[in-house]
Amino acid sequence: MKTRFNIVMPVCGVLAVLSYQGCSSPAGGSAVNPTVVNPTVVSPSVVNPSVVSPTVVSPAVVSPTVVNPTVVNPTVVNPTVVRPTALAASSMPPYFEPAASGVKAPGPDGFLQRWLLLEPIPQSIRSNAVFTESYIRNAIGTEYFPNQFTVVPRDGDKVKIGDEESVWHALDSNGFNVKLFRFAEAMNKPTYSILFWVVTIVDSPREIHDVRMAVGSNSASMWWLNGQEAVSLFGDRRMVMDDCVSKRLTIKKGRNIIRGAVINGPGLSDFCLRFIDEAGEPIKDITLNLDTI
Amino acid sequence: MKTRVLTVALFGLLTVGLYCPALPLDGEPYIHDPSTIMECDGKYYTFGTGGGGLISEDGWTWRGGAERRGGGLAPDAVKIGDRYLISYTSRGGGLAGGHAGAINTMWANTFDPQSPDFGFNDDSVVITTDGIEDCDAIDPGFFLDPTNGRLYLVYGTFFGFIRQIELDPKTGKRINDDDPIDIAIDCEATVMIYNDGWYYLLGTHGTCCSSANSTYNIRVGRSRNVSGPFVDHMGVDMLRGGGKLVIAANGRNVGPGHFGLIDQGEDVQKFSFHYEADLGRGGRSVLAIRSLLWQDGWPIAGEDFGGGTFTIESVRSGFTLELGVEAVSLSTTRPRRGETGPIAAIPDQDVAVVSQNWPAGDIEIRIADYMLQAHQKWTITPVAGVGGYMGSPYFKITVAGTDRALAATKDIDVIAVPAFTGASEQLWQIDQLIDGTYRIMPKSLAKEGYALTAVGRSTPSLTKFSAKNLAARWKLIAP
Repeated sequence: MKTRFNIVMPVCGVLAVLSYQGCSSPAGGSAVNPTVVNPTVVSPSVVNPSVVSPTVVSPAVVSPTVVNPTVVNPTVVNPTVVRPTALAASSMPPYFEPAASGVKAPGPDGFLQRWLLLEPIPQSIRSNAVFTESYIRNAIGTEYFPNQFTVVPRDGDKVKIGDEESVWHALDSNGFNVKLFRFAEAMNKPTYSILFWVVTIVDSPREIHDVRMAVGSNSASMWWLNGQEAVSLFGDRRMVMDDCVSKRLTIKKGRNIIRGAVINGPGLSDFCLRFIDEAGEPIKDITLNLDTI
Repeated sequence: MKTRVLTVALFGLLTVGLYCPALPLDGEPYIHDPSTIMECDGKYYTFGTGGGGLISEDGWTWRGGAERRGGGLAPDAVKIGDRYLISYTSRGGGLAGGHAGAINTMWANTFDPQSPDFGFNDDSVVITTDGIEDCDAIDPGFFLDPTNGRLYLVYGTFFGFIRQIELDPKTGKRINDDDPIDIAIDCEATVMIYNDGWYYLLGTHGTCCSSANSTYNIRVGRSRNVSGPFVDHMGVDMLRGGGKLVIAANGRNVGPGHFGLIDQGEDVQKFSFHYEADLGRGGRSVLAIRSLLWQDGWPIAGEDFGGGTFTIESVRSGFTLELGVEAVSLSTTRPRRGETGPIAAIPDQDVAVVSQNWPAGDIEIRIADYMLQAHQKWTITPVAGVGGYMGSPYFKITVAGTDRALAATKDIDVIAVPAFTGASEQLWQIDQLIDGTYRIMPKSLAKEGYALTAVGRSTPSLTKFSAKNLAARWKLIAP
């Protein structure tokens, strides 16, 4: 028996497209073009990607390489101010610890366990059955805060989304998977019907060719490496390691930016991400260092 | 009761394809989250979410009427000695208690509501979750370890971990207060089974409760240890979302979930589950039963068998079952040297033509080389109104294009009769065995265990079936 979630949300439009578990791995990656953002389009106070009807835009006609953002009240609250993360310390363990200074190696199986997590952005999702590719691209492509596809935040940075402030938190996940549900719960934020933005920085001592970004997420998600869309997970998904992987990518020598967005209706949001080589083995000679921001 | 053969129009593919889709269970098999099927006093029972359940006298026709105490969600049942232990979700699963789940167990001596011994006793909670921890104690599944008699309960849903605790098989209650063991994530409706030195954890992945849009599917991992780690065929731990597919949506059915093993012995294994939506029944959630095969040490759903036209090949010899009539040479002409011109296909034998020389009465059955002869092709057709067996109706087996029917004889042999009459000697129980081959038993002698057997390399008869006897296994091959 499927868990029945105690949430009441407005009814979405009638579905015409079944949400299935497809992956997208654009060949060579696709750039997010921040110039596409239309700063004059403002939808005050309401962040509601469900108003973009998944029945209107066929997945077949949505370019997999273009994110089409819609600006939603792009007010920034002093993004340059660094504030310490005000974690509810008692509720974060055993899932997270504040990110320590210095570098952090990937976990034993190569999973990246140090991330900047933005407090969740409320959505209007009654059922994950709506998670078609077009729905996800519209929901994640909506611009909720300025430079959301390029910003490299610091711990404690705030952004304003509608009337709400959301804070970035630098955290180390104690498990291979980053339990976003528990993060939201600890922040006293909504745990269902939400969108998470996450960023991390990978330092590599060398240029590494022919690697793949391997992701599992609950539920749908999109991921970028150095501004290029790497892999996207559509449909109502469960977090399974290496569920969807990118085309072959190159990790640059030096700093690499990984950005992701995970969306969920009723569900236990989380994700896991690592890089794997041609043989499917994890890339582990890289480090995570949020101090470099 | 008048016997009637289900029509070609009803099942669609008989006229255009060799295989026919399996038939949905007969009756009113409407249920969600069915428990493992239990046999009790000659009837079969399964219980579902909400308190009720289904009863069947033969495993083919199901209807409501089973009763269970406690209501709640997703029960399970196991027979221990001469009693039945039942578990169910009494809270949690996002119901009024949120994810503060609780699982109860209770005992029953019989499931027959008409029995004076009917009733449930010692109903109490065995495990709870607090609504905050990474588990929601719902969807219980029993596992009675055949190697040592120890009893386990696995439970949980997508809200965190699937967990395992041990119960006392005498009381049905927890044997100690040790911490539950985390054994999987990202699934629900878990159960365990044992086979050939391996413990298997089966769970349902995907989305429930969205009717025809449900993506429910059943997956499995295995371990040498009863408590895991359970790893799939790719080496992925079920604690990291692993799981090898057992069954997914197929045909016109969507969302299989809630596996329950039906081990009938002698290499006949089946499993029960529900489809979230049977499109042929308006998208309602229905009970379903399929054969369970074992391939390379992994369980997988067997053929969705509904009949069709086949050659019936003996595993013993590789030869095929045939009507004992004289073969007719195929009308081929070898081209002469230097001959040119278009190459024409040679048509199949026309059974209407070659059968004109067949004797009018009973004809013996043989096993011989397959030579594309019309008398070597058999059409297997489900028959309505004559009952069935676990998960299937009885079939008639006729020479393709004719009404000549395979039949058992009074002296426990096989023969072809001129026309199908619906007699029990002409009805066949066809079970797919765990290796994918088939056991073929006449209804009239099935209870005694007689099955079609190649008693000689070229001679069929009926003998008592043994899984050890390869001569009693048959392949159904599209000609």
